[in-house]
Amino acid sequence: MSAFTALLARDLHLALRQSADSFTVVAFFAIATVLFPFGVGPEAEVLARIAAGVLWVAALLAALLSLDRVFTVDFEDGSLDQLLLNGQSLTLMVLAKVAAHWLTTGVPLIIMSPVMAVTLQLPAEGYGVLVLALILGTPTVSLIGALGAALVLGSRRGGVLLSLLVLPLYIPVLIFGTAAVEAAITGMPSGPMLSVLAGLALIAVTLCPLGTAAALRQAAE
Amino acid sequence: MHRFANPTQFMRIANAIYPWAAGLCVLLFAAAIPIALVFSPPDYQQGDTVRIMYVHVSSAWLMMMIYGIIAANSAMFLIWRHPMANLMAKASAPMGAIFCALALITGMLWGKPMWGAFWVWDARLTSTLILFFLYLGYIALSDAFEDSERGDKAAAILALVGSVNIPIIHFSVEWWNTLHQPSIIKDGNMSVDPALRLPLFLMMGAFTMFYFAVLILRLRSELLAAKIRNARLSQVADASAPQPAE
Repeated sequence: MSAFTALLARDLHLALRQSADSFTVVAFFAIATVLFPFGVGPEAEVLARIAAGVLWVAALLAALLSLDRVFTVDFEDGSLDQLLLNGQSLTLMVLAKVAAHWLTTGVPLIIMSPVMAVTLQLPAEGYGVLVLALILGTPTVSLIGALGAALVLGSRRGGVLLSLLVLPLYIPVLIFGTAAVEAAITGMPSGPMLSVLAGLALIAVTLCPLGTAAALRQAAE
Repeated sequence: MHRFANPTQFMRIANAIYPWAAGLCVLLFAAAIPIALVFSPPDYQQGDTVRIMYVHVSSAWLMMMIYGIIAANSAMFLIWRHPMANLMAKASAPMGAIFCALALITGMLWGKPMWGAFWVWDARLTSTLILFFLYLGYIALSDAFEDSERGDKAAAILALVGSVNIPIIHFSVEWWNTLHQPSIIKDGNMSVDPALRLPLFLMMGAFTMFYFAVLILRLRSELLAAKIRNARLSQVADASAPQPAE
């Protein structure tokens, strides 16, 4: 466990030193969201109707942008080999990297999302559930994303490839994340959708690190 | 099963199967095409457009079966490192993608007269589209690396991830679809009339035999390509080896 906290602390330290990375992700999330009113027009009803979906799609794309740095730097400077050789459970090390990624990109996105929801005229009932859904959904995004990032490590055209691999796998999170907010707006119970999001996160946290660890071992061979 | 890991053993059996698969494929197509396209009765509601079904359902069947074959072979490749399992998965992937595309295209052509639009966000159409993207991702990943072995293993892991995810995605899409489109489309549990069932089964059999026959051809040429590559390499090695001193 101490290895877990050590790696987490190291990654958070690095992220703080280069806080521009997290900032870029949030800025991308903001600008991508802001583009939609220009595309569909500024009418409040239209924006309120699509707000939940737009916020989720923008959050997924913003998270996608940040994925290539989860392992690439470590892969290039050799720290990844150290991780593989240090005798600790690689699955646990992967979880630490994913936790760091979630804390440095997922959490800023969650904090930013109510602000962007205001610009999209999201009805007042939706805010709490939007934040809750993002809290439950973004860990899955980081977990699946890390798996994709590990698979494309060292490939040609990694970034484009990563989006092709990862985005189809994000569809369940997108469906239930958006549905939870829409249920809250229309006065339906959003609990079932949030439960499904939590369930998806639990499946992802048990299975994804195993796959990621396997992919990292292949990459380092 | 481990006997089949040896390419020579494997190909001996595959070559024995090949004439049967190819022959059955030709026979079944010879029976299925006239029955399906001419002699079978038109549907009482859909008329002649129901004939699209024979191609559509057969393609959809193959696209799912091939994904299953890829996933099973990827697991065998990762666990026991059987090279033949890897070749099977790699050779199957483009065919799976093509049948997936065929299912989508025929589905759209069928959708136009039935639903009045080429594309509706029907749960099964949507799931098929996502499966198509998974196929594309698999193919792109398997040749994204300089070192082809690395690509093989990454793609194998992706295939297993996909096999866990496909049911989840399918369930999500189905749920999402019923939420947004209450009962516009009801081909959900269509029961197929016995008169249409015979040509459908013949056609599915013909498609399946086609897949096996082409798979064996692809495996054969893949192995030959590896042999040629090795021969060339040893030729170059011989030519550039230092001459023995006299």
